[in-house]
Amino acid sequence: MTTQSLKVTSPRALARARKRQSAARFWKSYRSHKGGLWGLGLLFLIALVAILAPVLVGEDSQSVTDAPGGPLEGPSGEFPLGTDQFGRSVLALVVYGARVSLTVGLLAAFLCVAIGTVIGIVAGHFRGWYSTVLMRITDWFLVMPTLVLAIALATVMDRSMWTVIIAIGVTTWPTTARLVRAQTLAVESRPYIERARALGGGHGHIMTRHVLPNVMPLVLAQTTMIISSAILTEATLAFLGLSDPTITSWGGMLQDAREAGAVSAGDWWYLAPPGIAIAVVALSFTLCGRAVESVLNPKLGVRS
Amino acid sequence: MTADSTPALVQPADGPDGDPASAGPSSAARGPRARNTKAYVQYAAAKIAGAVVSLFAVLVTSFFLFRLIPSDPVKQMTGGKRVSAEQLENLRHQFGLDQPMWKQFTSYIGDALTGDFGTSYQFHTPVIDKIADALPATLLLTGTAYVLYSALGIWLGTRTAWRNGSRSDRFNTAFALTLYSVPSFWLGLLLIIVFSVGIGPIPGMFPTGGLESGGETGFAYVIDVAHHLVLPVITLVAVGYAQTLLVMRSSLLDEMGSDYLTTARAKGLRDDVVRRKHAVPNAMLPTFTLMFVNLGHVVAGQILVETVFSWPGLGGLFYSALSVPDLPLVQGLFFVFATAVILANTLADILYPLLDPRVGR
Repeated sequence: MTTQSLKVTSPRALARARKRQSAARFWKSYRSHKGGLWGLGLLFLIALVAILAPVLVGEDSQSVTDAPGGPLEGPSGEFPLGTDQFGRSVLALVVYGARVSLTVGLLAAFLCVAIGTVIGIVAGHFRGWYSTVLMRITDWFLVMPTLVLAIALATVMDRSMWTVIIAIGVTTWPTTARLVRAQTLAVESRPYIERARALGGGHGHIMTRHVLPNVMPLVLAQTTMIISSAILTEATLAFLGLSDPTITSWGGMLQDAREAGAVSAGDWWYLAPPGIAIAVVALSFTLCGRAVESVLNPKLGVRS
Repeated sequence: MTADSTPALVQPADGPDGDPASAGPSSAARGPRARNTKAYVQYAAAKIAGAVVSLFAVLVTSFFLFRLIPSDPVKQMTGGKRVSAEQLENLRHQFGLDQPMWKQFTSYIGDALTGDFGTSYQFHTPVIDKIADALPATLLLTGTAYVLYSALGIWLGTRTAWRNGSRSDRFNTAFALTLYSVPSFWLGLLLIIVFSVGIGPIPGMFPTGGLESGGETGFAYVIDVAHHLVLPVITLVAVGYAQTLLVMRSSLLDEMGSDYLTTARAKGLRDDVVRRKHAVPNAMLPTFTLMFVNLGHVVAGQILVETVFSWPGLGGLFYSALSVPDLPLVQGLFFVFATAVILANTLADILYPLLDPRVGR
């Protein structure tokens, strides 16, 4: 690594080499966290399953009309996890559910972090009433019970996957905004920001070129944590019937199971798999998040 | 259940916004104590004023947010029966839905300030009575769970941090993280299958839902309710204790490198005493913050767990009201939920400088 960075001459190539070095350093200390590696491995596997779903279980396994089995059959050789009330294979549905869960989790977390980062940086960079108003709005969102507000929003809007993504994203950003604002204040008190300003750097330049890169590590750790709670919220909203009923999702499967009387009939094979799937995905993201956090911890310590 | 992620919670309540140190040199003459008291009163007053503003904002939001629900409540109320246009008009008039929006708004705010949230569309009783009826059930369920998971989290958090890196630490942390990732409603359904319906050799030994079997009085009634409480409380505790454990663990780990613990050990104190008397009280502060945050959610209840166990509390009421939509009831409940969170947060802000003298001094 070091010999390579000595060879390069242009400033851009130098910067790239430095980035590659710090990524290698990051990976080296991430590797020492066993939990983080487990989480990453599991996520890789689940993502692969989600992408290859049509190949693995067949494209027509979500169709209600020509389902292969009888209603609510127990586990068998043909259907390892039994069938649902329409005779569809539960295993196939769980595999397809991974798509919705990952998509909604990632997009909702991205929305949440994007709003939180923009508001946090702007509120930290500009002083005066600008910042006061933004922080008042943040505080107002912070005191709202998140799930209650998300349920209310999902009720108000149409039933669709995008509704769920928006409902989660719009209700969870305030914690990110607060963290980012605190970090922005810490970064902006350093001398090199003053130097940039003296050299004629405008607000946009300082916020995007100096504050944002310094806030990103914190945001990364926060994002992985938010994904896992977004996945849980998605399952919750789908379970309450607030998502698109035509899409196969794990929360929706649990709702179907409950409505088909699987609980009182004791059909554990129908109820257990979607919940285990939700827990495994949420746990994997949490493990990754904790590993990222402890890798970055020495730097995060500067924050306080 | 979808609580904020842990890194945010490890941070204490953001510290006081008001800067008590800026009381100026003139007040310093009266001694540090008087200055601190005055600054503290100012700080507390600012926090309370902020809470009042937040409450009003919640009131306004709850009005407008639920007006956006597209379906017509009057049509829902008649339930698809054949009703003449005149009858619909009468219903509309009765609930004040025929008035212009601003008039509905002003009368809503005026009534709400006197504690009147209107009449429920579903039950035709005052909303405030409906909420008062359901509140005890929620407080019983979530209050019991709150006490249990806070105690369990603090106890296990202390234990795991003190034996950091040991086998039991790793096992306990991994176990808690796993339960934390489990959806509460799913765990509830699974517990119902295993312990209420019965599976294989396990007989169904707990009721599937509700608060009571009915017909019991006196001591038998208490036992009956306790019997109904077991499964929902286990669900809430299992899903909830991880957060307290993780916060307690990480803040105790922060304290463990401190010099004052070395001093305490050098004095010859037993390991037990060092932990209980010196380390834990200092590490409790972030946990206190988390406990206040959770306290606010005790009232908001657990919509999912209450729904799954047919618990006659506020969470289940909120869900049934949303599906109508029973606007006055939804508005009233939303206000009550948010108020509980605001009050708990304000209480935490006000108490924090008293618990931790380093804050704001």
